[in-house]
Formats: sequence, C-alpha cells, structure tokens
Amino acid sequence: MVEGLASIWRRTPSRYRLEGVQCKTCSTNYFPPRVMCPKCRRKGILEPKIINGDGKIFSFTTLSAAPTGFSLDTPYVIGIIELDDGPKITAQIVETEGKELKIGSKVEVVFRKLKEENEEGLLHYGYKFRLVL
Amino acid sequence: MIIVRKVAIIGVGMTKFGERWDKSIGDLVAEAGAKALADAQITGDKIEALYGGTMAAGRLVGQEHIGALIADAMGLNPIPATRVEAACASGGLALRQGYIDVASGENDIVVVGGVEKMTDVAVGDATIALGGAGDLEWELFQGVTFPSLYALMAKRHMHKHGTTREQLASVAVKNHKNAAMNKYAQYQREISMDAVLNSKMIADPLTLFDCSPISDGAAVIILAPLEMAKKMVDKPIEIIASAQASDTLALHSRESVTEIKATQIAAKKAYKQAGVTPQDIDLAEVHDCFTIAEIMAIEDLGFFDKGQGGKASLDGLTALNSKISINTSGGLKGCGHPVGATGIKQAVEIVWQLRGEAGDRQVNNANIGLTQNVGGSGATAVVHIMKRGYTTDTNTGD
Repeated sequence: MVEGLASIWRRTPSRYRLEGVQCKTCSTNYFPPRVMCPKCRRKGILEPKIINGDGKIFSFTTLSAAPTGFSLDTPYVIGIIELDDGPKITAQIVETEGKELKIGSKVEVVFRKLKEENEEGLLHYGYKFRLVL
Repeated sequence: MIIVRKVAIIGVGMTKFGERWDKSIGDLVAEAGAKALADAQITGDKIEALYGGTMAAGRLVGQEHIGALIADAMGLNPIPATRVEAACASGGLALRQGYIDVASGENDIVVVGGVEKMTDVAVGDATIALGGAGDLEWELFQGVTFPSLYALMAKRHMHKHGTTREQLASVAVKNHKNAAMNKYAQYQREISMDAVLNSKMIADPLTLFDCSPISDGAAVIILAPLEMAKKMVDKPIEIIASAQASDTLALHSRESVTEIKATQIAAKKAYKQAGVTPQDIDLAEVHDCFTIAEIMAIEDLGFFDKGQGGKASLDGLTALNSKISINTSGGLKGCGHPVGATGIKQAVEIVWQLRGEAGDRQVNNANIGLTQNVGGSGATAVVHIMKRGYTTDTNTGD
C-alpha cells in the first residue's frame, strides 16, 4: 500500500531513532509513542524518550509469503523483540534466515531500508534488529 | 447488562462458501437472506431492523455502505440498516448488536447478516486488506502478514508449552474431516497429516494447510423475542449469553501472546450470564483462522488446561462426538473464511446442531453450543452461548 507523505513524516522520529514516550507518573516506557498512558490515564504525563535498542527475541518466524512491497526480500524473519527498556516491538531480524535464532537470543537495533513503493516512489527507512554475536 | 427479554434465533440461512465467481456481494447476501426468511417462515415485511457484518468490502470490492446494500439486496427497505465492523469478528458482533436490539425491547424481529466477497482481487491484495485487522503503522509497515502474527504466537506456544508441529496439523486434519460432511463447506474433502506437514511453508511453523482460505460467502440469521419465537416456529434456539471484549490492536503490546485474553474475558462473562461452565458445553464453533488459533481457543474457553490444547487435539478429544465437538462445520479452515460471514456462520452451525439437523456431522446429545469469533490477532473477541428454546422428548442421540 502506498502511504501518504505526511503519514511517513510524522513517524520519522520513532522509525529512525526509536523515539517513544515515558510516563513521568508511573515511569513506564512506551514504544510506539502513545498520547495517553493506559495505566495512569489523565494523571499520566508523557514525555518523549529515546528507547534503548538492545533487547532479546520474544518470538520469531521466517516468512516465505510476503505482502506487496516486501516480496523481493523473502524469506525474511519477523520477530517480537522485548527491549531492555520495557516495551515489546515488532520488526524484521536481519542478517539471518532464522536458523541460528532462539527465543531469548540477544539482539540490537540497526537502521535499514524497510521497503520501496515503486521505481519513482518513496523509500522507507526504519528500525530492524540483528543478532548480537 | 439489563436484559429486558430473552432472545431466540428463529431462522438461519447461508450460501455455499468458496470461490463464488458468479455472485456479487449483494447476490450472496440475498441468497442467504432468502433462505433464512424461508427457514423462519416469515415474510420480509415483518423485519424491523438489520445489522450486517463485513470487514473489508471497501478494500476487497470497492463497496462501502454495506448496511444499506444488504437491506436493498434483501428487499427490506426502509428499515434501519447498520454495518458492524470488527475485522474477522464483524459477523459475531453483528449478531451481538441484533441480540442487544431485541433484548432491549427496541425491535422484535431483527435480521443479522455477515458477508465477504474476497475473490474479486488478487491474493496479495486480499492479504493486505486482511492485514488491516492488525496495526498498520507498527506491524504491517514492518512487513508483517497475518499468518506471521499467528506464527509468532505458535512459536511462543511451542516454546512455552511444548506444543508440536503434529499437534498443530491435527487441527487442520480434523476440521477437513468435518467439512467433508458439510455441503456448504469450501473444502469438502479430507486431508492427511502428511499433506499439512509437507504443504508450502508460509510463516514457520505454519504451512499453507495451517491457514484458513480466502473465500466468498454470506450467512443470515433472524432474531425474535423468545416468547414470540415459540409461537412462530417449532424449534427456536435461545441465545443464553452474548459477551464481547477488546485488547490492544498490536500483538506485541500484550503481556502474553500464547493466549487471547479478550476471549478469556468474553467467555468468563458469557458463562456467568448463561449460568453454565465450560464442562456444560457440548459443542463449539471456534475461530480457527490458523491451527494455533483453535488450540489457543479451546484453552482460553476453558475446555482444556492452558498448554494442553495441542495434545487434546492430537489425541482426538475435539473430534466429532468426542469429549467436546469443536468446529463441526469444518471451521474456518475447512468450511472457508469469508471474514464478515464467519461469525454468523458459526451460529448457523450451532442452530442446526441444536435442532438435530446437522446430518452426518450431527453431535449426539447436543444441548448447549458456543461460538467464539476473533478479530485480528485478538483485539476483539465475541462469545455466544445457545440452547434449545423448546422442549422435546425426541432429541437427537438419545
């Protein structure tokens, strides 16, 4: 799906440098950023916070059938990463086809191209993860 | 909630599920609707309101305004017609909206329908449309598909509970066996364990045969107050519970991915409302969009302990007329999954079973049936429980 320029631009801080938020009331970190803390609701005070990109694999799968825009990259690995800072995040795990990965393996964030829309369209960049050797 | 009056199903109808290239979305719903009205032995002028469930008509056929479309196709204008959407749980939610409408006393005779027309677009486009049930910005944008979300659950379930590849496959084998006895099913044939294990890998550990298909189809139900229903038809089926819950849109935001918490919450409310326990349920239609989903469902609904769903499936405890008959219709896997229609179809199957009209796949002593319909990776779940609203000494079985 081709996304509008504004919808890409407004997520740049999060996709480029893992900018999330921290609730100053309960100290919970959130990624992606939220407008309301679901624990504290109106008592919550949310401030931007760069989330540490280190974490470990919570679950992972190797995709053979990809959606439009990702089909050139198959097979690729999708994981849920449990970040050391708290939040869980869904992203690709790169430089692997999945065989050497385990639940609990340590990973770190890397900056990569996510997809290209078409020859003249936007290139989308953002976070992916790789195994820490 | 305060229930002003009890609600019953007085008529059901559905189309054959599958690749229905000769039928439009309106054609499908009109076919199912005509069958439901005939089953209820009423004419369209008795219907007072309509709720229609569809997930992605806008993406799949370019058509919105589905509430009005269904009323038009069924010749029911000018009654109020409302579309209900909760991804793959759209049908179950349409049933619940109709239930609330009748229970509250707002209307007497209400039609609830579900429909999806999925084969007018290429498979890749259908995959993207279905992806909209997840979190567009933080899941789909990363290259996630729906099979991969359920694969993440399966991988973690295997890690945590020791669930095996064969246990997953046994769900597909069992559901195809049931579908082979259902003339409305998309796949009326059995498949072997080897066929599932050796089919094309989609997102490991899930193969093609772990996944429900892309389907066209519609299902329609007519509701009425129970006391009125008893005078209208011989075999009204009472809805004794209707409950719903929600969770985070993205899978990763949940504490656990080896359970659907929304199912657990909706089920707990439904059991309380109906005054029954999981052990009282004779049969259930559960949301097996992927084989792992059925394993989690039979655990979350309390039929088996957490982590034991896979073993129970492989041991045959969920087969027809075993400990509990799960997905006698063939489920989403065997019967097909026109997403908006699925939640209604589940209730249609339970109605046929409770009436003793399910033919070769009839459950013996089917007294209490349950449906569980899930939206997305578990952000919506809706549970209904039903029993006969009539007394009989000639029940099926004994």
